[in-house]
Amino acid sequence: MNRAIRLIRRRAISSIPVLLIVVVLTFLLLESASGDAVDAYLLSIGGGDATVAQSLRQAYGLDQSMFARLWLYVSSLARFDFGWSVAFGRPVLDLVLERLPNTLLLMGSATALSFGFGSALGIVAGSKPESVRDRALSTGSLILYAIPSFWLGLVLSIVFAVQLRWLPTSGIETIASGKTGLARAMDIARHLVLPVAALALIYMALFLRVMRWGMAEVWTLDFVLFARSKGLSRFRVVLRHVARNALLSLVTMLGLQSAAMLGGSVVIESIFAIPGFGRLAQEAVGGRDAPLLMGIIVVSAVLVICVNLIIDLVYAALDPRVGASERGT
Amino acid sequence: MRLVRHLVRTPEGAIGLAILAALVLVALFAPVLSPGDPLRIAGRALLPPFADPAFPLGTDRLGRDVLAGILHGTRTSLAVGLAAALAAIAIGLCVGLTAGFAGGLVDEGLMRVVDAFQIVPSFLLALAFVSVIGASVPVVVLAIALGAWADPARLTRAQVLSIRERDYVASARVIGMHPAEIALREILPNALPPVLALSAIIVAAAILTEAALSFLGLGDPNVVTWGSMIAEGRNILRSSPSLSIFPGIALVVTVVGVYLFSEGLTKALAGRRLEP
Repeated sequence: MNRAIRLIRRRAISSIPVLLIVVVLTFLLLESASGDAVDAYLLSIGGGDATVAQSLRQAYGLDQSMFARLWLYVSSLARFDFGWSVAFGRPVLDLVLERLPNTLLLMGSATALSFGFGSALGIVAGSKPESVRDRALSTGSLILYAIPSFWLGLVLSIVFAVQLRWLPTSGIETIASGKTGLARAMDIARHLVLPVAALALIYMALFLRVMRWGMAEVWTLDFVLFARSKGLSRFRVVLRHVARNALLSLVTMLGLQSAAMLGGSVVIESIFAIPGFGRLAQEAVGGRDAPLLMGIIVVSAVLVICVNLIIDLVYAALDPRVGASERGT
Repeated sequence: MRLVRHLVRTPEGAIGLAILAALVLVALFAPVLSPGDPLRIAGRALLPPFADPAFPLGTDRLGRDVLAGILHGTRTSLAVGLAAALAAIAIGLCVGLTAGFAGGLVDEGLMRVVDAFQIVPSFLLALAFVSVIGASVPVVVLAIALGAWADPARLTRAQVLSIRERDYVASARVIGMHPAEIALREILPNALPPVLALSAIIVAAAILTEAALSFLGLGDPNVVTWGSMIAEGRNILRSSPSLSIFPGIALVVTVVGVYLFSEGLTKALAGRRLEP
């Protein structure tokens, strides 16, 4: 447990400069946009004269110098104040926290399913490298992984929602259905089947491949040869020795993928009209809402850091070698 | 040349190379195969596919030829994918080489920047970048490269760190070679192969990112892209799903070609290393 606390503390300290770089670079990027939030707001309400624009800029602090505003932003971030969304007229943090659960539900289910099926199929393929079933699974996963998630989502909704009418095409739940409790949960689950399937199929292909390649590498190691020469059954060698060690690379991949998954939520939520984090990003872009976009990027960076911390803890639990050398530091 | 022979000998490499060669030919000869602007109105709107020999894949809502769009879209996809990957690898090599070779504070600082780019979802970054600067092909290329250079930078740095301790680098230092010359002539060529193996994956990711951006309407509006064709077809998905399906298939074939090529390349590089 001591090891875990040390890991968390070390990670938290080392993430601060990285987060600061993210904030400063994003701020500079959004700063270079022509026109600011006041221009976008005036455009949306049909224009206003220079005094209105001036007073609005004063109200939002947009009349100050860039460095003053950067300092203001960073210091308010430290108090968990992410600023004010221009397009929605609400605090950025409220908006993000309101949308985040939908995305986490979507991503969590897709990750769990793809991890489970992907690693299982990866074991099937990797238990006998270069066999017929390995070739079939490897080729199939390569093609599956080449499919863009938004297109797979569209195709799935053509087949299952438009043609067969089995599932709803969009949304997270039936609007104004008045359902509560279990009925509501079932309704949400029905709406999530297609987007989760679109994401999970593609990530399953990735996990299958990582598992399979990890196992192919472990097969050549001496301890596997030793286990086999001891006369252990093939089943036991595959599961206890090869797959177990290959699982480590799968866990690493999970951490590396977390950023890509958050990015991928933009298109999939746009296809299925799910009011989540990714769709919020698209709405922020559409509304030229720089504070909201900024908040979204910072929150996503924090999320990725947290996911990676969890992954590191899991990794440390799985592999006793990690962190063992730094005892006493 | 020997690498190409090894590449063709693996089934993945041969098929991948064949797909990519065909796509490059289509991209090069798109103006010959379907002359004129692919975005112009060519015939009656919403012709179904395989019905009119003049429009084998039908027409879209505005009467634009779908086949022409797919042929010309090959150019955009390949050009943006390759350019973005080249830019990403160039930036990654420079940063990785500098960090690994300089060491110390420079290394520490550069690697924190690499960390920062790795924890921000690259698609969100591309989205923000394009929306701020405005959609055009060079901006899209740069936006994709910004999200993709961190991996090659990290890999290059790791390579440099392992190579700079080798004897031939030490001897180059002893004979008084300039550090920049050592970095470029001794270290860079030896650090390159694993980065090149990564480059195919970066091309594939870049093609998919470009498609997703133009699907969301953030691509260059003046060129035809597969992503924008899929988005255009999405509005009438119920009545004519083929409008979204065909460009998607083109996209999948392209990315499969790149993946197969990359697998072949990895195997060929491994095979070359085993031979004396």
